[in-house]
Amino acid sequence: MTEATRIRMMSLSLIVGFFLMWEGLCILLNVSDLILPRPSEILVTLWTRFPVLWPHILQTLYSTLTGFTLGVIIGVSIGVMIGTSRVAYGVAYPLLVGFSSIPKVAVVPIFVLWFGSGTTPAILTAMVICVFPIVVNISTGLATTEPDLEDVLKTLGASKREILWNVGLPRTMPYFFASLKVAITLSFVGAVLSETVASNRGIGNVMMTASSNFQVSLVFAGLIVLALMGVALYAFFSFLESRVTGWATRGTDIAVT
Amino acid sequence: MNMTSDISAQAMPLSTTPPASTSGPVHARPALELQDASVVFGSGPQAVTALSPTTLRMDRGDFLALVGPSGCGKSTILRLASSLIQPSSGNILLGGREAAAKELRIGMAFQNPTMLPWLTIEKNVMLPLKIVEPFKRSFQRDRKGAYRDRVHALLAQVGLKDFAGHFPWQLSGGMLQRANLCRALIHDPDLLLLDEPFGALDQFTREELWQILQDLYLDRKPTVLLVTHDLREAGFLARRICVMSARPGRVISDKPVTLPQPRDIGVIYSPEFVEMTQGLRALIAQIRK
Repeated sequence: MTEATRIRMMSLSLIVGFFLMWEGLCILLNVSDLILPRPSEILVTLWTRFPVLWPHILQTLYSTLTGFTLGVIIGVSIGVMIGTSRVAYGVAYPLLVGFSSIPKVAVVPIFVLWFGSGTTPAILTAMVICVFPIVVNISTGLATTEPDLEDVLKTLGASKREILWNVGLPRTMPYFFASLKVAITLSFVGAVLSETVASNRGIGNVMMTASSNFQVSLVFAGLIVLALMGVALYAFFSFLESRVTGWATRGTDIAVT
Repeated sequence: MNMTSDISAQAMPLSTTPPASTSGPVHARPALELQDASVVFGSGPQAVTALSPTTLRMDRGDFLALVGPSGCGKSTILRLASSLIQPSSGNILLGGREAAAKELRIGMAFQNPTMLPWLTIEKNVMLPLKIVEPFKRSFQRDRKGAYRDRVHALLAQVGLKDFAGHFPWQLSGGMLQRANLCRALIHDPDLLLLDEPFGALDQFTREELWQILQDLYLDRKPTVLLVTHDLREAGFLARRICVMSARPGRVISDKPVTLPQPRDIGVIYSPEFVEMTQGLRALIAQIRK
């Protein structure tokens, strides 16, 4: 067995062990299922209520991914703008830090005020919450590009655009993908948050409704669904990152001499 | 500035092209010409003169080595020639015209190989073909055909045939520097600018690369301006050696190397070679005081 598989096996047994302990403790301490249902109960609820949950899963996924896509487009544009100009970087940074330090929960009521409850505030929350990590990473990546690498192209008479395209952006890709992993998780949080506060669809809303009806195992089923979706989204972007920016994480390969 | 240039400047008051050397066929014009070019960084009391007004002229196909104490402005001349910086006064002419006119194709290699880490050696070497005309025009069409063959042929010439698909971090310093030479030469530059390209290598690798560079030079005959600390490197490779004074730098000695080319590496132990490098050494030791 290789080191990697051993670690994977241990990781898997940790997860299984966690749920077994949860199950065991609930039985041992006789915990009411109105407080903390057992994992087996949650699984049964998940299975039996899945047809009801499915459209809500799609709804949450839709809000998250739409908001995330918009956030990436806006974030990359702003990031490129302020990352390629030292002046713009200095001028815009304080404002950006100010914006990014606002707790994003606080903007949900504003979006509800403007657009009413439903899908729109969920998308917008998912968007604003993920813009800043992308802007910061793109602009930092561009602003810290080694002048030596740019000089190679400058001596060839390359235009600013060619330098951005051939050096700046590829150099920034590891930063970009690192920020995407953070951003997709944040988007997901934003969408669910907004659904919880102001929507009649989505996993967030399901959990809110279930909670007010004391369907505790359904609340936890929603939680499990959220966790699985979060992991899946993160894993997808992790995979994409390793494919695109493998050069930056070359790991333990031995140099050919 | 010399007499003829003053006259021609008066004759063509509206011309934005700097005077001198613009007459005659293209090949008769010097490849590189510094006319009283100086470089001052900063202004006021903090101003640092990196290069005193310097006049230097290189004919086509010449191989000039620039030696001198560190900080004397050797690299500044290279950066001027490649338009990375602009002169504070004076003119830089490439092929008889302003550097910005791109009359000449330039290839440049720095001490640091500066391979782009996200590209394979093949794609790194191909980069100039993507940027520089006339190669740029048909890059999309030829990058997997003619250009690829061209890169592979050049890599084979420096012994990197089997490493085209490798990434830079998989290669040793000497191999990277060979790839760096290839990148500087792939687009058949008229002017090759080398900024201490072998400075960070061990003696054996360095001598090996001298021979590779000599072969490439004799094969293609670009105009080469080599900045180096190594007097033997200058003597072995160059046809002409210029010595620069300490900061602020200017050229204080300009002598041809009369040894016939191609030179064998053993030449560096011959009495005349040793005598030449000793002379240069004494000169530099003197100006450092």
